[in-house]
Amino acid sequence: MKKKLALMMVAAMTMASVVGCGGGSNDAAPAAADTETEAPADTAADTEAEAPADTAAADTEAEAEAPAASGELIKVGIINNDPNESGYRTANDADLKATFCEENGYEASFAYSLKNEEQINSAQQFIQDGVDYLLLSAADTSGWDSVLQDAQANGVKVILFDRTIDADPSLYEASIVSDMRAEGDKAVEWLKSQNLDEYNIIHIQGVMGSAAQIGRSDALTETAADEGWNIIVSQTANWNAEEAQQIVQSVIDSGESFNVIYAENDNMAQGAVAALDAAGITHGVDGDVKILGFDTNKFALEELLAGNWNYDGQCNPFQSSYIDEIIKTLESGGTISEKTIIMDEMGFDAETITQEDVDTYGI
Amino acid sequence: MQNKSKSGIGAFFSRLVRQQYFIPLTALVLLALFNLIADPAFFKISITTNSAGNAVLAGTPITILDYGSELAILAIGMTLVTAASKGQDISVGAAVAIAGSFILRMLCGGDSSSSTLHMPIICAFLLGCVVAMLFGAFNGVLVAFFKIQPMIATLILYTAGRSIAAWFNNNELPIIKDATFSYIGGFIPGVPIPTPFFIAVICVIVITLVLKFTNLRLYTEAVGINENSARLNGLNPAAIKILSFVILGLCVAVVGLIKVSRVSSINYSVIAKDIEMDAILAVALGGNSLSGGKFNMATSIMGAYIIQFLTQTLYKYKVPSEALPAYKAVVVILLVVMSAPTVREYFSNLMKKMKVKEAA
Repeated sequence: MKKKLALMMVAAMTMASVVGCGGGSNDAAPAAADTETEAPADTAADTEAEAPADTAAADTEAEAEAPAASGELIKVGIINNDPNESGYRTANDADLKATFCEENGYEASFAYSLKNEEQINSAQQFIQDGVDYLLLSAADTSGWDSVLQDAQANGVKVILFDRTIDADPSLYEASIVSDMRAEGDKAVEWLKSQNLDEYNIIHIQGVMGSAAQIGRSDALTETAADEGWNIIVSQTANWNAEEAQQIVQSVIDSGESFNVIYAENDNMAQGAVAALDAAGITHGVDGDVKILGFDTNKFALEELLAGNWNYDGQCNPFQSSYIDEIIKTLESGGTISEKTIIMDEMGFDAETITQEDVDTYGI
Repeated sequence: MQNKSKSGIGAFFSRLVRQQYFIPLTALVLLALFNLIADPAFFKISITTNSAGNAVLAGTPITILDYGSELAILAIGMTLVTAASKGQDISVGAAVAIAGSFILRMLCGGDSSSSTLHMPIICAFLLGCVVAMLFGAFNGVLVAFFKIQPMIATLILYTAGRSIAAWFNNNELPIIKDATFSYIGGFIPGVPIPTPFFIAVICVIVITLVLKFTNLRLYTEAVGINENSARLNGLNPAAIKILSFVILGLCVAVVGLIKVSRVSSINYSVIAKDIEMDAILAVALGGNSLSGGKFNMATSIMGAYIIQFLTQTLYKYKVPSEALPAYKAVVVILLVVMSAPTVREYFSNLMKKMKVKEAA
């Protein structure tokens, strides 16, 4: 009986891995079809993410795909966070997949992990495989020095995207990042421009210590101190809608009045709004409470369009065109003038947003 | 005469301390007293009108009943798993994500911002139950047949579950716009009490009836206390263990439905995050042994509401975000130490000694 079960388990695992590879190789075609527009979130991302340590499989697969004749393909190894992490990451991954494809002259291998050690392992693997460029969105800011030195010694050029790391800038060619503080400042500036009679703010924070939380929180707390705004509660909901709902609910229960909810991502804003709806408190353009969110998820921009929310700040996940440009410059022998490139990011106001914005910027 | 009545009180206390109800009840009374003294408005219940135009009850006690219900439902399944398998299922949060994601996938039929439901909610829910029970059975098989420790066996689903959940919906974030779907995690029109509380009450009634009219309790405890003697007495320990995981799967599906209904959407990476820890804690707070055997369902459920009571209290007093887990930890350590069998024994011995002294 046990033996039978064990055999079945092994068979099931083999099946799963075959399916995983199949999904991966099928993916390149549809992703390549629409380079400019936002690629549809692909299932391959999931299957690969389930086995993040399986970079070797991904490599062979990429090599098998590459036509034997074209030796000029630029080999890039891309280390990213798990695409399931958030809508931001899904869009980011789809964007990278769409740009770094064979049609654009790239041979790309992907490795996903939310853990720094696993990412470092993947990086070492890529260096051994002799990639030309290593693109990195590090899970953690520290611990990258030695592996980047290895990369340099082996002539692998490193480009950071989305997140910076604590390493000597000479170890990487460029970093393309979002300025979370600037995102926060833009939102707070917008809030200031509303000229409310008084500001009683519920501040819902992301996971404490994350770059997005620090940047977006600091922007609010500093301006609130300068302007004399009243932050009635400042609490972390860990990017989680239900936790945000509970926090707002507890403020409503306590009977304190508030007129602004500053949520550091869209999911938490969504949870906060659900609590307001349950208590019959109006929100949005014609409502009593102003709702601010971040990350420009499609659903959030639709809420803006409907006037249920007031403001949404962009956190631009589309770095691949910037990276592409840098690689092209380096390949043609040029030099990069700026080491750190901060991406253009926008803020959307419910009163001015259009359907076109929703379609273009929604992730 | 006087001595006799005093020793009566001593005996009463020593009996009380040994009762399983003692710890959760004490915790509840302490939390309630603290809030009553600090701010009696904590217990204020009022009637407000929600945005759908229904009169509903509002106030912190209602919020506790509302949000604690999910945990209470999970505590039912976790108590059974703990009792039968001598270990805990740590994949509950991931399994909630799977169930929730599957239910949304069924309802929106692959269209991520569908405005109409593709099937009745009850059908989607029942299918969700089947899926969650299958995943529960998977855990159960690993534990029962392969004799893997429950925490290690469920680690598999804990790691992979959220990716599977995302995969059901092609990694999109489906939004259900149909108003009836939000009733489950909110209020049914005309009923002023939150629906999740009703669902929890139904679950509690069902499990009470099952425990009363079937041999589930006897069999589960028998397997948990001594698997070999249970087998020698004609029970099938593997089947009982799998059954406990399947029942937990059912609880998970119910919680998944409530969770996705609350915001009519899902976020795979954070939905029901760390809820397994709270569910295990609820079982421990209920004075149940985490190494299996005899169990008390009622105290586990009380434990769940106490955890929510604590969370709501911490929110109420605006404990800073950075310190929130630390505060929770301090209270949890106190409660768990108090409910540890050795400590309980020590206190009951102390009571006995006092009784002897009084008698002398």
